[in-house]
Amino acid sequence: MDITLIYYLVPSLIMFCCGIYGFLTRKNMIAMLISLELMLNAIDINFVVFNRFLYPGSMEGMFFTLFAIAIAAAETAIAIAIIINIFRADKNINVEDASQMKN
Amino acid sequence: MDYSQFFAMKQEIGLLVVFLLVFLYDTFMPKRALGATGWVAVGLMAIQTLFGFCPSVSQSADAFAGMYETNAITACIKNILNIGTVIVMIQAIRWSKQDMVVIRRGEFYELILLTLFGMYLMISARHFLLFIIGLETASLPVAAMVAFDKHRYESHEAAVKYILTAVFSSVILMMGLSFVYGLTGSLYFSKIAGAIFAEGTISLMLIVAVAFVIGGVGFKLSLVPFHLWTADVYQGAPTPVTSYLSVISKGAGAFAFLVILWQVFGAVYSDAWEWMLYALIILTITIGNLFAMRQKNMKRFLAFSSISQAGYIMLGIIAFRGMGVAALMYYVLVYIFSNLAAFGVIGAIENATGRVSMDDYQGLRKTNPKLAFTMMLAMFSLAGIPPFAGFFSKFFIFTSAISQGSVAIYVLVLIALINTIISLYYYLLVVKAMFISEETPVIPEFKSACSERFAMWICVAGIIGLGIVSCVYNGLLDMVSTAC
Repeated sequence: MDITLIYYLVPSLIMFCCGIYGFLTRKNMIAMLISLELMLNAIDINFVVFNRFLYPGSMEGMFFTLFAIAIAAAETAIAIAIIINIFRADKNINVEDASQMKN
Repeated sequence: MDYSQFFAMKQEIGLLVVFLLVFLYDTFMPKRALGATGWVAVGLMAIQTLFGFCPSVSQSADAFAGMYETNAITACIKNILNIGTVIVMIQAIRWSKQDMVVIRRGEFYELILLTLFGMYLMISARHFLLFIIGLETASLPVAAMVAFDKHRYESHEAAVKYILTAVFSSVILMMGLSFVYGLTGSLYFSKIAGAIFAEGTISLMLIVAVAFVIGGVGFKLSLVPFHLWTADVYQGAPTPVTSYLSVISKGAGAFAFLVILWQVFGAVYSDAWEWMLYALIILTITIGNLFAMRQKNMKRFLAFSSISQAGYIMLGIIAFRGMGVAALMYYVLVYIFSNLAAFGVIGAIENATGRVSMDDYQGLRKTNPKLAFTMMLAMFSLAGIPPFAGFFSKFFIFTSAISQGSVAIYVLVLIALINTIISLYYYLLVVKAMFISEETPVIPEFKSACSERFAMWICVAGIIGLGIVSCVYNGLLDMVSTAC
């Protein structure tokens, strides 16, 4: 059996949908951040697979993936720093409690 | 590698030099000289702004195998952003002298310069990799700036809301890009456009990809229905950061949006995204207006006002084929002056008394007539009352949209016009509270700092001057028509 494009795209799509579901339903900020990472990894898989199977002549997708990984790391660092600050101020990282500004 | 191609990036190099000088000043100068950090940054940034007007900067050039491109239009857009950044930096000086901020004062100016660098890259990028890098450079440091008031819980709450939605939106955008890459095999704007044009028919996947890209960039521009983060972030962030977010980030995002939509997806305009954009504009203008009416906090109020202004800016994107680019640039320039005047007054009052509620502005005319007058000018300009600049910017953007000449555009502009009248109501609510209300004033008389007055004078000069001096718009129009 050949492993074709679709065998990679379906898991990547499932990962992406899991990420969106987790981002919208989880209440813990760290869990939301993990969901975001899941989605970013799904994107990386997409790029690499498209490059490998459809356009093997160039490396554009691979390079995009490398940069996307670096960007994801930067995003996580900043987000974690902010979440730690919230935890210090409030001893709680539940998103529903972070709503002091409603109107 | 040919290193001389770096000389194509004159404005970027200039900005990096400014950043490095501010960084070195902040790190190595003795402690007694650090009080001047703000003014040093403002001075260097003003030099960078003047440098942008040199004729040699506006020459067309490209670098890195076409990933980066500069021409008269991008140089002019960067100049507009530079002007706004200088004003924001002047406004921030008083705030950055507070006890809680003062030890991190240098970092604030460095972060502002870095985000501006990211916006430069966004505007000049002709390849999606460089665009994403620019977008992230422009949006990640902003999260740190939003969280700058360490002692205020709201600041952190706003920052976490900002960073989570910003990352989510770039994830959506990058997913769309991966579809585009799968369809066309390239990330160069021109090659994608060529592949889409050669394809002829439109696949469902392309429409999904376009929707993802519009959704991702729409988050940054806070278009409805992607606007929910805006009000909380604007309210919780320190006021200088709010003003930076509302004008500079939004202006840069609008220009980048224009470039992407037309250069990449221009071939499928009427089939794929014309109606998406119509729906977004109508929703953005209307919902922004309706929610702005019931706000009591001035920063929240301006957040919703800026949402509806983003809708008007989008009209310029639809009108790209006419004089849309010139109208868009003029609109953003005027919007920078009017919105920064309003934020200047809010910041001055907040720094002096700590009050940001609209009820506190009752009878401001009696105690602080000059501030009340500046605020009135800003509100009139935002609402579009002649002879102030806001009227002409709305006029030009409506004319450029109508010159497309389809019935749908007429209906769209009519809805936008009706919304201008609605927006008059809530802009005048502020003016009424300041000038007509007979209640005893809450805010005592105070003298604002010299930096705040300086920034407000620049904004007032811009609001009145741009409305009278017609050569600005004509100059933009000439520049766009020769460059296209």
